[in-house]
Amino acid sequence: MSNIIELKNVNKWFDKFQVLKDINLEVKPKEKIVVCGPSGSGKSTLIRCINRLEEHQEGSIVVDGNEISENTKNIESIRAEVGMVFQQFNLFPHLSILDNCSLAPIWVKKLTKKQAEELAMENLRRVQIEDQAAKFPGQLSGGQQQRAAIARALCMEPKIMLFDEPTSALDPEMIKEVLDVMVDLAKGGMTMIVVTHEMGFAKEVADNMIFMDEGRIVERAKTNDFFENPKSDRTKLFLSQIL
Amino acid sequence: MNLRIIKPKKENLYTYLALGIGLLSIGFIDIFSNTFLNLNITGFFPSIISYLTPLILGAFGLHLIRIEYSGNKTLDIINKNFNSSNFNAILSLIVIFILIKYVPPLLNWFIFDANFLGSTKEDCIGEGACWVFVRVWFNRFMYGMYPDAEQWRINISFLTLLSSIGLIFILPIKFKKYIILFLLFIFPLIALNLISGGIFGLEWIETGAWGGLSLTFIVSAFALIFCFPIGVFLALGRRSDLPAIRYSSIGFIELWRGVPLITVLFMSAVMFPMFLPDGTYMDKLMRVIIAITLFEAAYMAEVVRGGLQALPRGQYDAAKSLGMGYWRMHFLIIMPQALKLVIPGIANTFLALVKDTPLIFVVGLLELAGMIGLAKTNPKWLGMATEGYVFAALVFWIICFSMSRYSQNLEKKLSTER
Repeated sequence: MSNIIELKNVNKWFDKFQVLKDINLEVKPKEKIVVCGPSGSGKSTLIRCINRLEEHQEGSIVVDGNEISENTKNIESIRAEVGMVFQQFNLFPHLSILDNCSLAPIWVKKLTKKQAEELAMENLRRVQIEDQAAKFPGQLSGGQQQRAAIARALCMEPKIMLFDEPTSALDPEMIKEVLDVMVDLAKGGMTMIVVTHEMGFAKEVADNMIFMDEGRIVERAKTNDFFENPKSDRTKLFLSQIL
Repeated sequence: MNLRIIKPKKENLYTYLALGIGLLSIGFIDIFSNTFLNLNITGFFPSIISYLTPLILGAFGLHLIRIEYSGNKTLDIINKNFNSSNFNAILSLIVIFILIKYVPPLLNWFIFDANFLGSTKEDCIGEGACWVFVRVWFNRFMYGMYPDAEQWRINISFLTLLSSIGLIFILPIKFKKYIILFLLFIFPLIALNLISGGIFGLEWIETGAWGGLSLTFIVSAFALIFCFPIGVFLALGRRSDLPAIRYSSIGFIELWRGVPLITVLFMSAVMFPMFLPDGTYMDKLMRVIIAITLFEAAYMAEVVRGGLQALPRGQYDAAKSLGMGYWRMHFLIIMPQALKLVIPGIANTFLALVKDTPLIFVVGLLELAGMIGLAKTNPKWLGMATEGYVFAALVFWIICFSMSRYSQNLEKKLSTER
């Protein structure tokens, strides 16, 4: 099977500070990858490069057969195929949950309002908050907001989902309800790249683990191997501290 | 000695209450007799003490009735709102005394001693304001030099405007947008043609004759409608990634913000025609409206930019990640939030715009304040400047206050916070 995402020798700098160093990564369709590592190691930047919320300066990133660079003309249509879930939810506070979900399908995918709302309700049901559809984001709990954000991304019917620390801003009680939705999604066959510190989730869902430190991919391994016999000392140290 | 000794207690509530209210009453009697009867009952004191007597007595009286949880509801309300500490008690008293001393003379001038009836200056025999002046000149204050026989054209325009605005509030959302579109795009053309005439057998009335409050409205309305979108685009331009657009936006904004409006108006009247090719002519009023519009658009741009900067980056990220391009992102996600945030700033700019319109007198156009300036120099009505400008202030205040209330309502209505 060909790769749906391919990064080759990607380097990225913020001014003089190099955040990504020689990143190589291939993701196959339906593969689930969990990225972990200490803060500031470049995990978020890595996945933000995949839908070009950040620009990379060197190397190539190919998503679903399209090379992403500053010359990419149809970056919007590539982004439409890559769903993203953020740490801070980033729901649109001036719109109801239903409108949050149906807005992009209407304006980007050109669905009719009725089709878009049906799609939105379907996805809200999938994350089990269809009863909150008429409310505004400010009226929901953190866990509900994050589930709404997942539903919003799913409404674009993406081929790939990127999760940028989706549970880090949540109260401990609400983490489970979000993780349940993500496990569900993974079982449904979605291609996922997840930046998270939830190692329980990683063990349950991930095909491959990636450990990053100081802008490099230090270790990439099958999930079992990663947890049972990590190769590098840095990974061992990290795992010993969070497990 | 400490005030604690005379600290009022609940046990002797009625004693303290009687004492306190007594002292307070003496204070008020003193101030009333001073103001209305011209009688100084504390005249035997040195003047400074006599002057402060009501305050001292009142403060002491209020101290005596400051009994917490007295069980008497009225007393508790008074204590909570006017009398929570000695300092607050004195502040309350000062405010009340100032109102007693200075509001009645104002009311006298405004209403009780004022003259409303008559038709010449000589009919004003009272001490107060001479509203006859405003009454006689009212027509001019409203319509300027617009011919009396044609004033129905202005009336119809404004009635249409008001009734359409009224309809916006009454009709369901489905029709609302058509009325708003009508008001923004069709109505201005109709009103402009109706008021200026020259078609359908209507007499042509040149803009030099327009004036009074109707001109205030015309200038403000056009400037308001146009400065808003221009300001929004300038704000976006200033944050653009394209250097050409960014620097021209910055240049435009800083140029117009750095120049006084009166200079801009003067330039529009005197300098601007020099740049036009020979033979082309642009109406004076049109030039003035364009000048005010661009001037206020520069301010609007900075207000809107403030809103844009207040939005977290996550909103941009989320919009982009859903595949929205620049324009969709800005008009569906960013602008609705940014504009909502800066409603107070927008209202501020609009109020300033309305109040800036009198400056068009520098090019010879006389709106409300300008007409008053003209009327007060009429030999038959000399010395009426105060009445005239108080009237102008009142009218401007009513306009601006309603706009301010409307903006506050809008803020409340659009709030999606919990």
